[in-house]
Amino acid sequence: MSLEQFKNRNVGTQNYTTLDVGTPPETGTDKFLQVIRRAVKGELFVGLWVVMRTMLQALFKNDMHTVKYPFEKLPISPRYRAIHDMLILLESGNYRCIGCGLCEKICISNCISMDTRYDENQRKEVSEYTINFGRCIFCGYCAEVCPELAIVHGPRYENASEQRAGFSLFEDMLTPIDKLNLQQEYDGFGAISPNADENIKQTPLAY
Amino acid sequence: MSEVKTVDNMVSITIDGIEYKAKEGEYILNAARANDIFVPAICYLTRCSPTLACRICLVEADGKQVYSCNTKVKEGMEITIDTPNILEERRAIMEVYDVNHPLQCGVCDKSGECELQNYTLELGVDSQSYMIPDTKRETTNWSSVLHYDPGLCIVCERCTTVCKDMIGDAAITTAKRGGADLDKAYKESMPKDAYSMWNKLQKSVIAPSNGTGETNCSDCGECIAVCPVGALVSRDFVYQSNAWDLKRIPAVAAHSSDGAQIYYEVKPTSITDRTERIYRITNEWSYVSLDGSARFAYDFQNTTAVKDQATFDRAIEAFKKAETIRFNAMITNEEALMLQTLKEKMGIKLYNPEVRAFQKFLNHYEAASGNSLWSTDTDAIMKKTDFVISIGSSLRNDSPAMKYAFNNVQKLNKGAGLYFHPVGDTLIPTFGKNVEIFNHKVGLEEAALYLVLDLFANKDKLPSEVKEYIESFKSTRTEIIKEKVEKTVKEMVLNEETGEEEEVTKKVKETVDKEITVSSNGLIDLLGGDASKFDDVFAKMMKKKEHFSMMLGEDLYFHDKAENIAKLVALIEATCNIDVVMTPPKSNALGVALICDLDDTASGYTVGYNENGDFTLSALGTGDIDMPAMNQQEGTLTNIGKRVLPTNAAVEYEGYELNDIMKALVDAPELTIDWTAMLPVDKGFKKVDFDSLPNTFTNEGVDNRGYILNTNNCDTELPEVDKFDENSVLEGDIAYRCNPARQFNDFTDKSHEIFEAFGLYASKEKAESLGEKAEVVFENGSIILDVIADEKMTGDIVKVSDFRAAQGVYDLFGDARYTNVTLRKV
Repeated sequence: MSLEQFKNRNVGTQNYTTLDVGTPPETGTDKFLQVIRRAVKGELFVGLWVVMRTMLQALFKNDMHTVKYPFEKLPISPRYRAIHDMLILLESGNYRCIGCGLCEKICISNCISMDTRYDENQRKEVSEYTINFGRCIFCGYCAEVCPELAIVHGPRYENASEQRAGFSLFEDMLTPIDKLNLQQEYDGFGAISPNADENIKQTPLAY
Repeated sequence: MSEVKTVDNMVSITIDGIEYKAKEGEYILNAARANDIFVPAICYLTRCSPTLACRICLVEADGKQVYSCNTKVKEGMEITIDTPNILEERRAIMEVYDVNHPLQCGVCDKSGECELQNYTLELGVDSQSYMIPDTKRETTNWSSVLHYDPGLCIVCERCTTVCKDMIGDAAITTAKRGGADLDKAYKESMPKDAYSMWNKLQKSVIAPSNGTGETNCSDCGECIAVCPVGALVSRDFVYQSNAWDLKRIPAVAAHSSDGAQIYYEVKPTSITDRTERIYRITNEWSYVSLDGSARFAYDFQNTTAVKDQATFDRAIEAFKKAETIRFNAMITNEEALMLQTLKEKMGIKLYNPEVRAFQKFLNHYEAASGNSLWSTDTDAIMKKTDFVISIGSSLRNDSPAMKYAFNNVQKLNKGAGLYFHPVGDTLIPTFGKNVEIFNHKVGLEEAALYLVLDLFANKDKLPSEVKEYIESFKSTRTEIIKEKVEKTVKEMVLNEETGEEEEVTKKVKETVDKEITVSSNGLIDLLGGDASKFDDVFAKMMKKKEHFSMMLGEDLYFHDKAENIAKLVALIEATCNIDVVMTPPKSNALGVALICDLDDTASGYTVGYNENGDFTLSALGTGDIDMPAMNQQEGTLTNIGKRVLPTNAAVEYEGYELNDIMKALVDAPELTIDWTAMLPVDKGFKKVDFDSLPNTFTNEGVDNRGYILNTNNCDTELPEVDKFDENSVLEGDIAYRCNPARQFNDFTDKSHEIFEAFGLYASKEKAESLGEKAEVVFENGSIILDVIADEKMTGDIVKVSDFRAAQGVYDLFGDARYTNVTLRKV
């Protein structure tokens, strides 16, 4: 085993590289010229014309391009990756999540964390589960890797909140038991393919 | 000291067409591994005897299929690892292992570190051709730490093998599980080895060998370490964490003087508490075996520490005022050097009763033998010794490494052993057929050493006085014994058929009195043995024995005649072909003994470091100022193998270190580990930086951690030894200062997976007579203790634990390890 990591006792002084962003303007004239250079360009008027054309079409030709969000919402693809849902078993109402920890391991922004324990029925139980949505990049790896199709992405994309980081706990993500009939299977990455049965080779069983 | 260095004879072998060198007498599997060649094997454990359970280590040697784990290499042997037939066997074996094996790998605690998974993939098992009805097997807890899930078990028997061959408890064995019989058709259709392996597998499961549901063993947890699947897990760890989440910190087991290699495995405590905690201890189990304290006593960190200037100032004041610093063996070499510096610069006395006796013993030994340290270590003993002698150590409690070595020699090297100890122990005789136990009276350790001289010394080298003295114990007397003799008698018998007389020879048994001379060795009788039988027993023990080792324990250091004992040990080394190893009592006793110049008594204002004192520094979090515990600091420890071993910090620590105090008091370098290169070179330490110390084992199992202390050896004349006094023995009620296995100090006591209680340990009968609680009255005080029956103890001597420093057991015993006490029921 390499001992390198134990030899660095100066935590926090790793090498950072700064990007070359040029030199900022110093005098008042330079600053003014920079603003002008950035703001006044020919394209400005092209943009204004495009907006004007669309507005006129909407007003006089009844050709509307937008919906009245938030009163109106567009349908989204079943593969859309928004806030996670934690599905439960339709038959028994038990968690689908077995606490294997694969989502925690695969998460590239390292935002999933879970605690597990040995429960009274000698099974592994997830005692606590959390996703830090301030850090989540909604890449979908967790849903893809989940062997039980337990963690999936739901359609809820409205993430605005008063804090940058929002944590979601296990209960928040679980399908409520009274809304079990409304639980939707996820069709995105990680879902089983329509012809899955054909690809399975059965294990011989003696009973 | 025997300077015979055996150079292993090398032979050349060919593996898959390439020539390699291998040690003569080595198994093919080990020879291949030593040359970095992979041979699949599940059930084989290095340092243990081949089990032959898995059979996947099949190879072809000189055209014949053999198991590489139990076939020795020969000169010119041609080995092929994969032949089509062997590959077919291996694949069939792996398919069989996968039959009915639960597919819930997602929740298994092995979490991918699984050898069943690895070999299934390695051998390309992508379909299953066998089946059999499964049997229901219930999960059980074998002890307070062992959790067994037979459903996951593949009965490779690694756990039973390591328990028998290495640990010596033999607490688990294979048992019947009543599985269904195999379909007869498989016998024809399946590869041969796979079929017989399956036949055995289908019938067995692992169970405690005493027939109950509990193992009643020393709870070392080595079976957990060697389990290739998730069948055996520590009860505390079940479903706690995936292996890949845990960060490994290479370290040294801090409690016993074994200095075993360990990894602390850490991860954040929980979702809400992100400070890291230690989840478990793992080890390189192929090369090192842990005891219970090393594996389960890990959560002794000091969590309450903070930096508080006022407390720090008081600590500085206390050090300035101090006349004595009292400490124990639980300290790194660097810290020991800091204390020694304080002694040199500020004249503070260093008081350490745990180590002082050992230090004196070492000095006497050096004066008598010219060697600064002993000649061998437990690893070397396991590798070559075939005769071990243990004197003055309660093997089961004092030094796990010595117990393992003693046992391993019996099991693997077809060895023999002599065990001298006043306290009877029922476990030691089970180590092997050729183990002789001498439960001598307390105080006769010298007699044991004289017996060793008598049995093993080259009589030409012995000084004449010693020779005469030994001979003076021997006596010959004539005895008349009854002997059965067969006589041939000739008789004339009338043959009834022919009517003729015929001569018939008959054999008649007769008892005759016969006079014989019996030589008897008084030393043996004195030590509680049977002199009339010992000669025969010893002759049997000595058959084909070549390498001899002697293990010395703590009893000798705390002996009245320690100086004479040290001389006797030196004499034994000089005149017998015996290597010697001594156990440093606890933790880093050897390091302290070498670095610190200890004083005999404490006086005046005392600063206690993890010990009682007027001002206390404590890593337990109970003292006046906090110190980092052993799992929170970097540094080096010195172990029984004379190695200086680096250990790393596993858990965060926020308080002051001893080095901070040093910086305020005297000139001190920036970091604690800067002291590593300053360790005294004249005592054998090397001028090496902490960061350049290696911490690995090689593929052959060669320990390459840290460095070995230099030993000064100079030729001296044979020491003059004194005679011993047969009558200076302790009689009556005797207390023995000895901890239960797994307990060594306050830190093991603090750990939540160590359950052994502080108390009075006695044999079953003695415990019954004492009742539940007893008062042990010493000359200078008394202590009330719970009486605990130890089923493996025999005899009347009681063991008093010493692992709680606050109880002051060292002070009660004074300079002895055995003492007369009065036992009162409470």
